[in-house]
Amino acid sequence: MLELKNVDFAVKEEGGKKTTKILSDISLTFPEKSITVITGQNGSGKSTLVKLITGLESPTAGQIIYNGRDITSLSVTERARMGFTTAFQQPVRFKGITVKKLLDIACGKQSSLGQLCEYLSQVGLCARNYIDRELDGSLSGGEAKRIELAMAIAKGGDVFLLDEPEAGIDLWSFSDLTNLFASLRDKTVLIVSHQSKIMEIADNIVLLDKESAPVIGTREEMLPALQNRNGVCAARKGV
Amino acid sequence: MEKIDLDLLMKIADLHGIPEGSYNIRKDGKCLSRNSTSDIEIVPKTDKDGIDIIVKPGVKGKSVHIPVILTAGAMLDKVYNDFYIGKGADVTIIAGCGIHNETCGEARHDGVHTFYLEEGCSVKYIERHYGEGNSEGKKEFTPITKVYVKKNAHFYLESTQLGGVTYTDRLTLATVYTNGKFTVREKLLTDNEEKAITRFKVKLVGRDSSAEVVSRSVARGNSYQSFISDMIGKNRSFGHVECDSILLDNARILSTPKIDAVSPEASLVHEAAVGKIAGEQLIKLMTLGLTEKEAEDAIIKGYLA
Ligand SMILES: Nc1ncnc2c1ncn2[C@@H]1O[C@H](COP(=O)(O)OP(=O)(O)O)[C@@H](O)[C@H]1O
Ligand SMILES: [Mg+2]
Repeated sequence: MLELKNVDFAVKEEGGKKTTKILSDISLTFPEKSITVITGQNGSGKSTLVKLITGLESPTAGQIIYNGRDITSLSVTERARMGFTTAFQQPVRFKGITVKKLLDIACGKQSSLGQLCEYLSQVGLCARNYIDRELDGSLSGGEAKRIELAMAIAKGGDVFLLDEPEAGIDLWSFSDLTNLFASLRDKTVLIVSHQSKIMEIADNIVLLDKESAPVIGTREEMLPALQNRNGVCAARKGV
Repeated sequence: MEKIDLDLLMKIADLHGIPEGSYNIRKDGKCLSRNSTSDIEIVPKTDKDGIDIIVKPGVKGKSVHIPVILTAGAMLDKVYNDFYIGKGADVTIIAGCGIHNETCGEARHDGVHTFYLEEGCSVKYIERHYGEGNSEGKKEFTPITKVYVKKNAHFYLESTQLGGVTYTDRLTLATVYTNGKFTVREKLLTDNEEKAITRFKVKLVGRDSSAEVVSRSVARGNSYQSFISDMIGKNRSFGHVECDSILLDNARILSTPKIDAVSPEASLVHEAAVGKIAGEQLIKLMTLGLTEKEAEDAIIKGYLA
């Protein structure tokens, strides 16, 4: 089980005089063997939340507890080795480094063509066309996004943090992707998404908001309100 | 052959001993072993040190090994090799030079290589430079490579230097005729006090001639690299130069582009980027379980792979 306890995240404004709170007193619980979708408007702090859990940022107050252990001060590497696996919203480009090499790094060994095929076919790519290509600017946004996901799959882990994994990916492949996410249900899975197709596979949904405390509920509780026109407000009132 | 010889041959040419087919192994300024075949003839020069490599027209899928090793410590080895590639031939030439210098002196190999490519032939030239031994001893390479690419021919140069060479200054000159193609893939790693200068001078003289020079390098320690490229388009032609470098520690890299579109129909591009490893790349690899140091090494290794 992954828990955030009264987590704050504030940044100093330029000049360093004023601080701005990006996340304020967030307390959330993500049970294991379940998928939680985190949604909310642009700028509501979803990616920041993922970065705090991954260890890319440190909370300015509060704790992150994993299986009873306080991991707030653990490094990115330590968390990754504990089983935290992240797919970034913005895939990182590696000019000069091939997809195969990155997948090898992700899974920690030299993979066979068969294994590479497995990782890439799960995200809808044909290994033959990609393994020798560099993960550079020549790949489209959707391709880079899929490879980002393939790296997470190749790494494996117990806690998956997927930040808008479907962004830029064509609708044709949507059902394959949702199946892939659903197949991770035996882990602790957090998916940042606005897509109702993805919310439909969630066990729980969290609605983040700049102005007020997050709302968490089961899919059945949250989905109807989120799907109607005034979703955001309705969800907040309804729960 | 001695163990040192075998190790060097392995490092520079992936050779586990005497290769098949045509070859010439040069050690400490002398020929150690040579084999000529009817397809690829190797003839020693009589007026100066070196060999002529003659590939018969139409020979396809054959390779020739011409490694050079220097193990005697301080010495200067100068050699002239000329390559005559027949019409329509398609061959791989595996060159490369390894220096093992246990002394504090200077061991240097100067190779002057000239390639004459007849119409429609294709040459893949693989060259690896490597140095080892006493850290005080100099291991130097100053090769000059001249290439003439006739109509429809293609010259592909793969040049790799991944460590131990204290000084290199290499000059590559190419003249490309009608629909000919000149391709370079350079990989370079320098460390400590090493210095590497790479110079390319490419003349695109024929209609629809093309050239692509891609250099990837990593400079660490106190090393210094200079990449100088000079490309001239004298006809309807296409040229692309790309120099990407990763800079670490106190190293320094100087990249000097020059492109000269003499013909208004020439299209020439030069891209260069020198900088530290991007922080987001390190972080991405750390989220895959690597420490920062491991991430740095993995990026360098992947980059030069
Ligand atoms: N390091 C930072 N410095 C300043 N502002 C930041 C920083 N990180 C995030 N923000 C701001 O915090 C807000 C939330 O960002 P983010 O978590 O990326 O939102 P979301 O992913 O929900 O769209 C945005 O307004 C963003 O500009
Ligand atoms: Mg975001």
